[in-house]
Amino acid sequence: MNEMRPVQTIGVAQPLVDGPEKTTGKAMFAADFDTTEALVGRILRAPVAHAHITAMDTSKAEALPGVVAVVTEADCADSYGVLPIAMNEWALARGKVRYRGEPVAAVAAVDVATAQRALDLIEVTYEELPAYFTAEAARAEGAVQLHEEKPGNIERDVEFDLGDVDKGLAEADLVREIDVQCAEVCQVQMEPHAAFAEYDPGREQLTIRPSTQVPYYVHKMLARTLAMADSKIRVIKPHIGGGFGARTETLQSDLIAALLARKARGTVKVVLSREETFITHRGRPESQIKMKVGMKKDGTITAVDFSAIQRGGAYSGYGIVTILYAGSMIYGLYDIVSARFKGCRILTNTPPCGAFRGHGTVKTRFAFENLIDGMATELGLDPFAVRRANLLVAPTMTENDLLVNSYGLDQCLDWAEEASGWKARKGKLGPNKGLGMACSHYISGASKPKHWTGEPHATIHLRLDWDGGITLLTGAAEIGQGSSTVIAQCAAETLGIDLGRIRVIAADSAITPKDNGSYSSRVTFMVGNASIDAAQNLKAKLVEAAARKLEIAPEDVECLGEVYRGGQQDQGLTFDEVAAAALEGEGTITVKGNFDTIPESWGGRKYRGAAIGGTMAFSYAAQVVEVTVDPHTAEITVDKVWVAHDCGKALNPLAVEGQVQGSVWMGMGQALSEETKFHDGLPIAANMLDYRVPTIIESPPIEVGIIEASDPHGPFGAKEAGEGSLSGFLPALTNAVADAVGVRPTELPVTPDRLMELLEKKARDDRAAASTDGGTA
Amino acid sequence: MKTILSLTVNGVERDDVVPDNLLLVDYLRDKIGLTGTKIGCDGGECGACTVLIDGRPRHACLTLATTCKGATVETVDGLSRDSRLTALQRGFNEKLGAQCGFCTPGMIMASEALLRRNPDPSENDIRDALAANICRCTGYVKIIEAVQYAAKALAEQELVA
Repeated sequence: MNEMRPVQTIGVAQPLVDGPEKTTGKAMFAADFDTTEALVGRILRAPVAHAHITAMDTSKAEALPGVVAVVTEADCADSYGVLPIAMNEWALARGKVRYRGEPVAAVAAVDVATAQRALDLIEVTYEELPAYFTAEAARAEGAVQLHEEKPGNIERDVEFDLGDVDKGLAEADLVREIDVQCAEVCQVQMEPHAAFAEYDPGREQLTIRPSTQVPYYVHKMLARTLAMADSKIRVIKPHIGGGFGARTETLQSDLIAALLARKARGTVKVVLSREETFITHRGRPESQIKMKVGMKKDGTITAVDFSAIQRGGAYSGYGIVTILYAGSMIYGLYDIVSARFKGCRILTNTPPCGAFRGHGTVKTRFAFENLIDGMATELGLDPFAVRRANLLVAPTMTENDLLVNSYGLDQCLDWAEEASGWKARKGKLGPNKGLGMACSHYISGASKPKHWTGEPHATIHLRLDWDGGITLLTGAAEIGQGSSTVIAQCAAETLGIDLGRIRVIAADSAITPKDNGSYSSRVTFMVGNASIDAAQNLKAKLVEAAARKLEIAPEDVECLGEVYRGGQQDQGLTFDEVAAAALEGEGTITVKGNFDTIPESWGGRKYRGAAIGGTMAFSYAAQVVEVTVDPHTAEITVDKVWVAHDCGKALNPLAVEGQVQGSVWMGMGQALSEETKFHDGLPIAANMLDYRVPTIIESPPIEVGIIEASDPHGPFGAKEAGEGSLSGFLPALTNAVADAVGVRPTELPVTPDRLMELLEKKARDDRAAASTDGGTA
Repeated sequence: MKTILSLTVNGVERDDVVPDNLLLVDYLRDKIGLTGTKIGCDGGECGACTVLIDGRPRHACLTLATTCKGATVETVDGLSRDSRLTALQRGFNEKLGAQCGFCTPGMIMASEALLRRNPDPSENDIRDALAANICRCTGYVKIIEAVQYAAKALAEQELVA
């Protein structure tokens, strides 16, 4: 009986706390609310890519029986956006439209047919302007500006020059360049965007259930667009069908649902089609990266000189942050001393890009790992050896002042090399088969919040009531990544109690403390720490109560989670008894826990925007990809992936595996088949057949190695798990293709068409070389 | 035009007056409130709306409700009995075959059809059966494990019985 010990929750595979709802169909997503009574909201979208709106007449639509409300920009009090310095978007276009499909008006009607008919009755007159669908066209001399305040259609030019790049390149034994082109990709989360808005006309209050990752940001933008007091708005996050960054900013559909509900003085549901969800976009921008790297014979990297051009789409969104990440995240993975970066984010007449999983880092990583793989081959070095020649030693600060407190890349490399049988198998797989590897990393939460309010980064409330149950209140947005589960685990482990004692209530602005949302892989690190802090505060109260009851000093109380006792001979008190004792004279107990980042993690000041990249901890990953290339069709089959991910501590190993597999697989889609396409600004792949998300047929086994390089500030040592291993897949794939067939793709996605061109060129070159050789022999 | 649609949904016999152009998925979700079946695309692209019609997996978004006259329709809402999760539901829960959960109803119904006709599927059988269902969270690895878990659990149940 004396073997009693606290319940262990951390490090144990846990099904998600909201799993049963999801597997029984009981989970309520935004579109599942009130499927019979709510008014139907529909959006009229611009048929042209760039134009002045010279006239709009909604009177016929308003007169149509069954139409309850029509809204336009005139109903919007202000613009919106995600960065305080770049709020240049309107829920409904004001004066101008800047991409095909931009919302210009919306209606609420009694049914779909009426709403659609009403849209047809809205008359809009456009005066068309020249439209630009590539970064090059938009920044050409004389191009018409999309936004008055953005000359040259440049969202932002960024640059830094750290160390001595020219000296580094001069000292290198080998200098090589690469020029990579990466297609624009879209998140394609399974749930189309939706919002369910209820307006209470008596109290002039709004309640909304939007499909968002950032309920607090949506709350702020609703107040701004509707000119309502924050306190008159309640944002309740329903179940969310994925996000991957598409929902890390307020979307027009959230705002339009609210505008319609207020005007209709009732309940409106807006559910976008898949096509509209594609047009809403916020995906990863089409990018060109040019990069030059200097390397010593032993693989040491002496300098990196690179540039990035991103086609940002029609509005600012996260644009400045994305282009800054593309530069700053060259650091933090390896020991890079000298690096020079020029980045340019361009505004174009295409749907706005946003923050896609691996935000800003993916294409830079693709270029870098692709380039150094080729250099390793030229120098006769093993790709693993090149990485090992450039490792960081933690703790350290990078040249651009990013804090690296924990570093498991060396262990990741060891695991991936061993698990894949690299040494024995590399180069011995036979014709058209190959192995490639690459590394990657990601932040565990951006250390500087976008909206500086002076509040802590994360706050958790724990409520202990008479029933002995603990209610955990968090603003963190569960979007399928398992945040509610991991936050509950942190509290349960700290208290040593069964996870089942904790019920999580997440993201209801009327009930839960504010949280910035689910983005930049911040939740486990920041909210997990706040949960530990709250649980420690609750535990202190329970220990005090137990001490009173047991008539001993608090420091003599042994807390075993479900039992509190004075020593091994003491039968002790059950958790329920301690809870009852704690409530005596005090009533229901609510405690709070906070988390804040430390100033050392806020990034540097060496160049404008250097804070982007600043984080409390980096995750690390190394992966090996095995491919087979069909020489006749140039089709690539990914046979298997081995991926090691350093997440500091796997709080929930099951969820870590799931996140890492999902990341790697999402990288595979981008590498092989995914690509948004436009014809004169008209999306021509805005469905899930033309936009090729991999199916189960072409998806490989993905073996995950969990590496735990504990972080001193992480919750139980943990770091992020959901993004860091995505970007490594892309170069590991092209490196494997190079190993298999001797050509190195630099254009993504590597479709059969693109690869066939490379193979044919190689065949021509080989023939030419052979005939030349023949001539001189 | 409207028709009286007589059918069985999740074991309940129903007679509903429905427009002839009503899709089965809209009938299930809007007319009779079974919102477990999801709509993830604009028609036949994603498989989130997969239901069983007379035991066969079908896209409810590509099926007119009136074509289900006299049919037996099963959705995820009706799978668990007496609040007990089925082996597949437990598999998707415990093996993390469901992350965001939006594709899950369709995945589970397609898997249900598979296990009824093939209780001991190979990995390739599972891949074939779920080829029309897109998941954007898992990379499918744990979905395959979830179905394997369920097949094993059902086989053990058989042994006990």
